[in-house]
Amino acid sequence: MPGITVNNKIGSGRSGYMLVSPYIIFFALFVAYPLIFSFVLVFHHWSIVGPMEFVGLGNFAEMFSDSVYWKSIINTLVFLLIHVPLQVVSALVLAEILNRKIPARAFFRAAFFLPVVVSGVAVTVMWKQLFSTDIGILNQMLGMIGINRVPWITDPAWAMPSIAIMATWKNIGLYVVLFLAGLQSVPRQLYEAAEIDGANTVQKFLFITVPAINPVLVMVLILSTLGGFSLFIEPYVLTGGGPMNSTLSGVLYIYRQAFSFFRMGYAAAIGFTLALIVLTVVMLQRKYVEQEI
Amino acid sequence: MSGKFGKLILYLVLIAAACTFLYPFVWMLAGTLKPEAEIMTFSPLGSRYSLDSYKLMISKIPIFRSLFNSLLVSIISTVCVLFLCSMTGFALARLKFKGRSAIFAVILFTMVLPFQLTLIPLYVLMVKLGWVDTYAALIVPYTMSPFAILLFRQFFMAIPEELIDAARIDGLSDMGILFRLFWPLSKPALITVGIVHFMGIWNEALWPLIVVRKEEIMTMPQMVTLFAVSGQAEAQIGLQLAAAAVMILPIIIVYLFLQRYFIESMATSGLKG
Repeated sequence: MPGITVNNKIGSGRSGYMLVSPYIIFFALFVAYPLIFSFVLVFHHWSIVGPMEFVGLGNFAEMFSDSVYWKSIINTLVFLLIHVPLQVVSALVLAEILNRKIPARAFFRAAFFLPVVVSGVAVTVMWKQLFSTDIGILNQMLGMIGINRVPWITDPAWAMPSIAIMATWKNIGLYVVLFLAGLQSVPRQLYEAAEIDGANTVQKFLFITVPAINPVLVMVLILSTLGGFSLFIEPYVLTGGGPMNSTLSGVLYIYRQAFSFFRMGYAAAIGFTLALIVLTVVMLQRKYVEQEI
Repeated sequence: MSGKFGKLILYLVLIAAACTFLYPFVWMLAGTLKPEAEIMTFSPLGSRYSLDSYKLMISKIPIFRSLFNSLLVSIISTVCVLFLCSMTGFALARLKFKGRSAIFAVILFTMVLPFQLTLIPLYVLMVKLGWVDTYAALIVPYTMSPFAILLFRQFFMAIPEELIDAARIDGLSDMGILFRLFWPLSKPALITVGIVHFMGIWNEALWPLIVVRKEEIMTMPQMVTLFAVSGQAEAQIGLQLAAAAVMILPIIIVYLFLQRYFIESMATSGLKG
């Protein structure tokens, strides 16, 4: 760093330590200790009262044959499989439209962003009623155009896709804004030059727009993945993880094991594997998506 | 798309999208005021409007207590983050000391650490500290954030060295430089960190559900969640919607006035995450 020399020589070392000391204490207590303790906890059975019982890799062995655990992983993948494409495509379409001279552009941007700022709990309480099979207004609207009632959150096959739709509705505004920023970074002249060379709309999109928004695309993928593996309050409020565990998420399963069954070691072990999956997926996304395009 | 017709189509898409995002809120707010039997109609119009749902909800759960708790917890932790993280960011950006790059590396490392890993051990720590069912459990673990530190650091690195030299000649201490010179120059960073952190704590539901069981300490997301999933509000849709409305109305009102700051701040946090 340039220029830190002149008056900083005296005292700034001490002052530096003083200023970072709150962080060091914070880190030791709320990051380092839990991190180290998690490596102890995953090898034990513990109900939080009473002694810890060492079980070696017992928790991981149990997890391996625990069909509910695997169900929660599959549920998360189902969620991501619907949520990510839906999110990317619809956010990109809306951003592309907003990236023009259009009246009331600021209003639309603000409108799309509103669900992003409101509480997930409130959004879920609201959607629980919208999703109601017999009397919900979603099914009323479908009924008007002659489509049969959809058992949004009462049918195991529909419940997770419904949560994915709701989560997309809630988050999309953020991605519209991010894509819009990416699109606006493309110089107009590039499109004009391409037009002179005879490129059509699809070619312009593929060879100019997509490379420009690639960093945003990677970020959307990563944030969506993190979101998928953090899913908790939506299934907790909407379905309680049901019907038939079809919306049980990884974090909800941790919560259930820890606070319904008081199995801290097993819950920590589940968290441990989820963290590994998240880190691996995010690293792969960074590597491949960034290189490919 | 070209021509007037194409423009019109695009505009219709935007309007349809805006309705998709806004109408559910209109429907919900109308539903809290309509008679119970009329909530599940598509139209926001009811035969009469009243505050009955709110009155009944207030009689069932201490919603104002949880509103107070939410404000208390969110404000204190946000103020702490602004002070403590700007101090750390300042030291990392502008002061020389041994181990500075190591601390920077540690902060980068904590940013990628998935919370699923430390969730249960952190709860165990709260139990050991005796913080379960106290405000401390809701506030202290949220008094610093790696995102805030990195944002402050980045911002502070761009401030010209001459200003600091001049301030030192005027006899300002490091703390003086941070709070009297850097803070006024860093309003965008302060606003971003303030909004992002406040919203994060205000909306957080999982952590309170884990560390709080006493009704007097509960924040709004937790109170509303438990109300919605317990039998208390069963078959009374108006009550559940009213509870949700109390939680989002303050945010919507603030958002109406500061939407530009909200959008920019949360987009920044997305880019950093």
